[in-house]
Parts: sequence; structure tokens; C-alpha cells
Amino acid sequence: MSKTVAFELRLYVAGQTAKSIAACANLQRICETHLAGQYRIEIIDLIKNPKLAAGDQILAVPTLVRRLPKPITKIIGDLSDEERVLVGLDVRPI
Amino acid sequence: MLAMEFLVRGATQYGEPGVFMMFEENVAELTANVRSLGFDLEKLVAQKKLVLDHVHIERSEIEETGEYDLEGLFIRLDHAVKSIGAKRVVLDTVEALFSGLPNHAILRAELRRLFRWLKDHGLTAVITGERGEQSLTRYGLEEYVADCVIILDQRIHEQISTRRLRVLKYRGSAHGTNEYPFLIGERGLSVLPITSLRLDHEVSAKRIPTGIARLDEMLGGHGVFRGSSVLVSGSSGTGKSSVGARFAEAACRRGERVLLFAYEESSAQIVRNMGSIGIDLGLWVKKGLLQIHSSRPTLQGLEQHLLMMHDAVRSFHPSVVVVDPISNLTLDRDASAVKPTLMRLIDFLKQQQITTLFTSLTAGGGETTENSQLGVSSLMDTWLLLRNVEFNGERNRTIYVLKSRGMAHSNQVREFVLSDKGIELVDVYLGADRVLTGTARVAQEELERTAAARREEDHQRKLSQLASRQKAIEAQIAALRCEAEVESAEVAFSLSRETLHQRTAQQSTDVMAYLRGADKTGSGGKKGKR
Repeated sequence: MSKTVAFELRLYVAGQTAKSIAACANLQRICETHLAGQYRIEIIDLIKNPKLAAGDQILAVPTLVRRLPKPITKIIGDLSDEERVLVGLDVRPI
Repeated sequence: MLAMEFLVRGATQYGEPGVFMMFEENVAELTANVRSLGFDLEKLVAQKKLVLDHVHIERSEIEETGEYDLEGLFIRLDHAVKSIGAKRVVLDTVEALFSGLPNHAILRAELRRLFRWLKDHGLTAVITGERGEQSLTRYGLEEYVADCVIILDQRIHEQISTRRLRVLKYRGSAHGTNEYPFLIGERGLSVLPITSLRLDHEVSAKRIPTGIARLDEMLGGHGVFRGSSVLVSGSSGTGKSSVGARFAEAACRRGERVLLFAYEESSAQIVRNMGSIGIDLGLWVKKGLLQIHSSRPTLQGLEQHLLMMHDAVRSFHPSVVVVDPISNLTLDRDASAVKPTLMRLIDFLKQQQITTLFTSLTAGGGETTENSQLGVSSLMDTWLLLRNVEFNGERNRTIYVLKSRGMAHSNQVREFVLSDKGIELVDVYLGADRVLTGTARVAQEELERTAAARREEDHQRKLSQLASRQKAIEAQIAALRCEAEVESAEVAFSLSRETLHQRTAQQSTDVMAYLRGADKTGSGGKKGKR
């Protein structure tokens, strides 16, 4: 385990909707389970910062963007399907 | 493209800023593409009249897990709209969303929400979509979202493509349901309505001369009505273009502006050729009263030609338009398409009170020329027919007025003579059984003249003969009268002699009787008794 953060994740949400909250919770859980200590999560509320939506080409909410490692991938939805989130983040279960 | 124009016009002409959200092209590409139409997007963006937003969706980058919505898109749009106070929104092409996001059920629901949202915010939106196989759009959006559906398509007919536009539905408005050709030109997009909805253009009772004095006479003495349309038809070489040029020149002389569309000759060629019959068009071109537009008819579709004409007419404001010839415009195209197009042109010109002269080539000579007029003759107010009459080893031009609405016009055929002095109309020889033209006419007239002279001579001779005979008779009468006088003198003489004789005879008898002492009562009868 390197000390540098391997996974830099950004979660775009829009306000405190049920889906946003679910997505946050799911993300926290998955990361803790599989990527403990290697990740950093940034949560962006588009309602507060609408300009940021253009930067990562966000259409759907919630969207999880994996900024590191490259390439950038996006996962949309409330992240309820753990398998697919892991596939999307390219993380093999340990 | 339509959407872009909608936005740009909105931004520049109606003061309604717009947001262009594109899913296919990126900002730089779009800016470059529409620059060819004369839209300067960068400037508009700088002036805060326009926001361009490129939404990029890469399927390969996206994984779907569970529920989501398109709130992100909403927020972006909302942000863009608010940043400039936009009234107009364009989404180009929403289909891209479908290819980018796999869950169509969510998309549909979200799009519906999006349209609702647009309406709630009082935004006018143009959403473009690709046409599907069966439905109007590939993903069947139009049924529930749009208030107005416009279909654009491109058709190729006889190697010439025409873009067409049709308003399929437009809630809450009476709209034209026809297909209209449209054109993407230098000044953006223009649509041609098939016809004006009503025939209600203003008419003028003013007449304008055609430039050929005798022709004016044939048309009731004053030429054609201003704003009317004149068709000059005839086979090749009958002088149609000359009539057109003359008409144009006459208008120029009156100081009116003339637009000449030529589809056979280049403008320089027209000027040169018309110079040969004494029509100097070059002068008027230089003075700026005449514009000649020459192009090949096959350059573009009929509709495009029509649009070009519209543009030219709008920018030049002529009062007379000459199209030479319309029949060339219809090359290789079915006549059914030509008629409505011409009708559109004529309507357009009539509404502008422009007098038009069309020439039309009819195939071959022959007697059938009257019915092969592309079916446009019924649209025309005045129809002149030029015809070559071939007789006696030469061809001569004749002109007829087939119809002329609203004026008394001649039913006579005139011979049409082109010379370096211009166009002249000459009476044809109307013989006992046929119409003669050209040298035959001249010969016939010569013949007529000599015949008349001879008859005159004959007549004179006859007269003098009669006079001398009369004199002879008179002489005879005089002689006879003399004779009669002689005769009557003779009669008188013999009568007097007889009387004298009788008297003398009586006297001698009386003397005899006296001498013989006869009874005084006795008569001559008693003489026998002596």
C-alpha cells in the first residue's frame, strides 16, 4: 500500500435528494470496504456550484467520477449495485 | 441549422438571448460551421447574448448503477439560461443522449421533465431530432413533448436535391400544412411558401407599354397592365428574347428598374446580341437600371433558382422582371413540380406589383404549340405566341395575342420583323384563302399592285371607248335627225302639192261645168249623163 492516494473520486449530487444521500452512503461503504485508506472523496453539490457541471460533463445525477487513476470514468446512478461500481472503478475486490 | 438560425436571429433581432446546448458538435466546430452563414457566434458570446454549451457523452466512460436522473443537465441548462437571461434554448440533438445512456426509460421520463421544466421557465426551445424509420423521430419523442413539429428533409429528384420543410403540427395556430422547399444560402435559411394563402394582391389599372408600338395597339392600344404577367411563347428563333429585351429596354427608358434573368446566354452575350437589333442594354446596365442575372438552369434546383430570384428582387426592387426562358428552368423536371413553383414566383412578383415577362420555348413548330405550355399559361394574364410560318422556302415570324385579360385585344396575326432598327410589326397579307408573310407577302402585294394598275388602265380605256361610242351614236342621231328633217320637208311638200293639185283639179272641173252650163245642183255624178 502506497501512501499516495490511488483513487481520487468525485461525487456530483444535486441537493439532498434521496438518491444523493443513497449514493453518498453507498460510496462511503464501498470505499471503506475495498479501498480503505487509498481514496479521497469530494462531494460536489451542483445546486451550489452549477458551473462545475460543465467541467466533468455531468448530465446525470448522481455521478461518480474517478479522476485518478486515469482514465477518467464515470458511474451514474445511486451506486446501489456494488459489483458494478467496483467494475466501473476498476477495483478488484480484495 | 434551423435551430441555430432561430437562436442567432433571436439574439440579434429580437433581443432574446439564447442557449445552444449541443450534443454532437463541439463549440469550435459549430462556430466554424455557422460562420459560413454569416453568423459570428464568438461575438454574440462575448456580448452575452448567446451561450454555447457542448455536452459530451462518452458511452465507454459511463457505468450505470442504480437509479439516477438528469438533474445535472438541468442544472447546467439552468445555469446557462440564468447567466444571460436566455429566452430561447436549442438542444441539438437529443438523440445523442439515447446513444450515450443506456437506460431509455429514465431518459424518456427525464426528457419529459425537461420539456416541462423548459415550459415552466417560459423558454422557447428548439429540439432537433433525427428522423426515424417509422416514427418521426428515432425514439418517438415528438408525440408528447412538442407543441410544434417541423420536419426537414432532403430529396433528390433528377439529380438535383431540394430541401423541404413541413410543419407537421403546431398547437394553437393555423399553419400551412404543405411542404415548403427551403434553402440554406449565404444569408441563412429561407423558406418559400408554396403560394400566398389567398389571391388578394392589389391590382393596378395602369398600363405600361411593351416597347413595341404596334404590339401595344394589338393589346387595346396601351400595352399590358402593371403587375401583370406576360408569357411569350414560341419555338426557337421566333424572337422571344428580343421581345423580352425590348420590354426591358422600354421599362428602362421610363426610368424603371429591371431585372433580367437569363438562363440561356451570358449577360455580355445578351448585350451584344440585342445590340444587333438596335437594343442597347449595356447602357442601362451601366446606369444601374438593369441587372442581368445569368446562370445555367442545371446549376441548382428550381426552388433554389426561385429563391435566388426572390433574393435578387428583394435587394434590387425592380418594377419589371424578365425571365428568359422559364422553360429552361424546367429541364428534366416533371411539369407537376414546375407549376406550383412558378405559381409561387408569379404570386410573389404580383404581390410586389412587378410586371413580369416570361418567355417559354415550345418544342418544334407545328400547330400543337398552344397546348405544350407547361400548364402555366393559365397563370398568365397576357399570352403572346410567336410562331414561325414556313412557306415558299422561307420562315417568317408572326405574332398573335392568344389572350390578354381585362383588355380588348386584337385577334389578328401580325408579321414580326427583326431588323437593326429594332422590332417592327407589319400587317400580314390576308389573301382570299391564306395568310402570307415575308417575301411571299411582298410578292403578293406587288402582284396586287400591278393587277390594280392594269385594272385601272382597262377601266380608263373602257371609259374612253364608251365615250367615243356615245359620240358616234350622237353623230348618227344628228344625221338621222337631218334625214328626218329632210323627210318631213318632203312630206310637207308633197302634201302641199297634193292639196294644190286637188284644188286646181276642182277649180278646172268647176270651170268646165260652168262652161257646159250644168245644173248648179248637179254633181260630178251627173256628168256621166251628159
